[in-house]
Amino acid sequence: MSLEYTSAEMMTVTAARALENGMTCFVGIGLPSEAANLARLTHAPDVVLIYESGTLQTKPDVLPLSIGDGELCESALTTVSVPEMFRYWLQGGKVDVGFLGTAQIDRYCNLNTTLIGDYQSPKVRLPGGGGAPEIATNAGEVFITLKHSKRTFVKDVDFVTTLGFGRDGKGRDGVPNIGQGPTRVITDLCVMKPDPETKELVVVSLHPNVSREDVIEATGWEIRFADTLETTPEPNARELDVLRELKARTERKHSGE
Amino acid sequence: MAEFLSLHDAVARYVEDGATVAMEGFTHLIPFAAGHEVIRQGKRGLTLIRMTPDIVYDQMIGAGCARKVIFSWGGNPGVGSLHRLRDAVEKGWPHKVEILEHSHAAMACAFEAGAAGLPLAVLRGYVGSELPSVNDQIKFIECPFTGERLAAVPSVRPDVSIVHAQKADRAGNVLVEGIIGVQKEAVLAAKKSIVTVEEIVDDLTAQADYHPNACIIPGWAITAIAVAENGAYPSYAHGYYPRSNRFYKEWDTIARDRDTFTAWLDEHIYNAGGQS
Repeated sequence: MSLEYTSAEMMTVTAARALENGMTCFVGIGLPSEAANLARLTHAPDVVLIYESGTLQTKPDVLPLSIGDGELCESALTTVSVPEMFRYWLQGGKVDVGFLGTAQIDRYCNLNTTLIGDYQSPKVRLPGGGGAPEIATNAGEVFITLKHSKRTFVKDVDFVTTLGFGRDGKGRDGVPNIGQGPTRVITDLCVMKPDPETKELVVVSLHPNVSREDVIEATGWEIRFADTLETTPEPNARELDVLRELKARTERKHSGE
Repeated sequence: MAEFLSLHDAVARYVEDGATVAMEGFTHLIPFAAGHEVIRQGKRGLTLIRMTPDIVYDQMIGAGCARKVIFSWGGNPGVGSLHRLRDAVEKGWPHKVEILEHSHAAMACAFEAGAAGLPLAVLRGYVGSELPSVNDQIKFIECPFTGERLAAVPSVRPDVSIVHAQKADRAGNVLVEGIIGVQKEAVLAAKKSIVTVEEIVDDLTAQADYHPNACIIPGWAITAIAVAENGAYPSYAHGYYPRSNRFYKEWDTIARDRDTFTAWLDEHIYNAGGQS
C-alpha cells in the first residue's frame, strides 16, 4: 500500500538516507539540518552531527532556527571555539561529509550564495559564503540538497562562492589535500550525481511520479539522464512519522518563543 | 587589570570615530546593549568586523555608524536578509558602505592569528572560490616545506573589541559559557577591549559550578567591564535567557522599510535612554 507524502518530504527522506550510520557530518542550516537529524532519529542513530557554531556531536530535540541556537550546545557532547571547529575538526580531516544547501547551483555543482547579477551592482545580494567554501573542499565528500527550479539550477552560477568542480569541471584536478567534492544532489524531483569523467550533473534516479519532462522543465541547462534511470524508493511510515513529529515539535518550540 | 565602567563611559572612552571595531558572539552572546550605546553616542566612520553581522550591525549600519563592514555571512539567521546592510550596499542609504567578505574559516583563523600576535593567518581555504577576485585581502602563498598552495588573510587587529559574557568577578575575570565563538580571540586580538556582562560575582573560582577548564578571560587581559543586564537580547545568554526568535522574525518587517526602521531607532534607541 502506498503512503501519502509531499515532494518536500520525499526530498528530506531521500537526503536523510544518503547519510550512513557512524558518519561524521558537518551540517548546514535549513534543509540539510532537517535531513541529518531525520537520519539520526531513524536509520543512523550513531551519525555524528557537527555545526559550525562549534557544537560537536549534537543531538537537538528540535531543529535549530539559527546555526547557533542554544539547543545545539545543550545537546552536544562538547562545544569548541569557532577557530577550533574550522581548523582542527574540518581542516584537520575529521569530517566525512559536508551537507549543504545553496541559493544557486550549476551543472558542475558550483554553489552561489553571494549574489545574483554583477558583483559591483547586484540584482539580489545574498548572505555570502559562511562555512561553505571550506566545508566543500575539506570534507571527505559533499551532499547538496535544495528544491529544484530553473532559478536555482542554472547553467553557470553568477558567482562561484563554493567550489563544486569549477567553471570547466576540472577545478579539483591536481589539487592536493582536497575532498572528493559533491557526490550527490538531492532535490524534490530527483537524485543527481556528477559524471565520473566530465563532472557534469547527471540524473540517476527519479522520485516516484516524476517524469523526465518535469526535471527538464525545472533545470536551466540541457540536463542529462543516466542510461539506467532508477526510481527513488518511497519514504516508509516510520520515516514520515518521525519527520512530521520533528517538524511539529520544532514549530511548537519556535512559535512559543 | 580591567576597569569597571558604565557602558556609556566605556563606549565614550574607547570607541572613537573612525575606529576599527569587532563586536563578536557567534549567534550567542551578541553585544546588543553595547551596539545600541554606540548608536546613541552617534559614532561615525567605523570599520565594523563580525563573522555574522546579524541584526546588531544591521542596526548600526542603518543608523549611519559604519564606513566599512568585514564579514563572512551577512544574513538574518533563520529568517532571510539583513535589509539595512543591503540598502547601504545596494542603494547607499544612509550612505555608501564598503564591504569586504570572507569565509567563516578565514575570519575565524584571522581572529586567532590576531590573538596570537601574527600578521597573517594561513589556511587551506578558498580553493576554487571566486571570493579572492572581489576581496584583495585574500592572497595565496606557497608552503616553504611542502610547496602546497595555501590561502593567507591578514590577521584581525581591531582598535577595540566588544563582547558580551555571562559573568565577571570583582577582579575583572570574565566567564564565557556555551557557544564561545571567537570571543576570547576577539578580546586578545584587540588593542582595547570592552566586555559587558550579565552580572558580577565575588570570585569566579569560588563558584559552585566552577570548572578548571572553563573559558575564562583574565581581568588583566581586558580593558573595561560594564554590566549590561539582558545585554545580548534579542540574541541569548546561555543559562540566563533564550534567543528571541520572534524578534529576529519581526526585524525582517522593521528593517525592510527606511521609515519603519527610523521610527524603531527613535523609539528604542535614541529615546530609550540606556543603562548608565
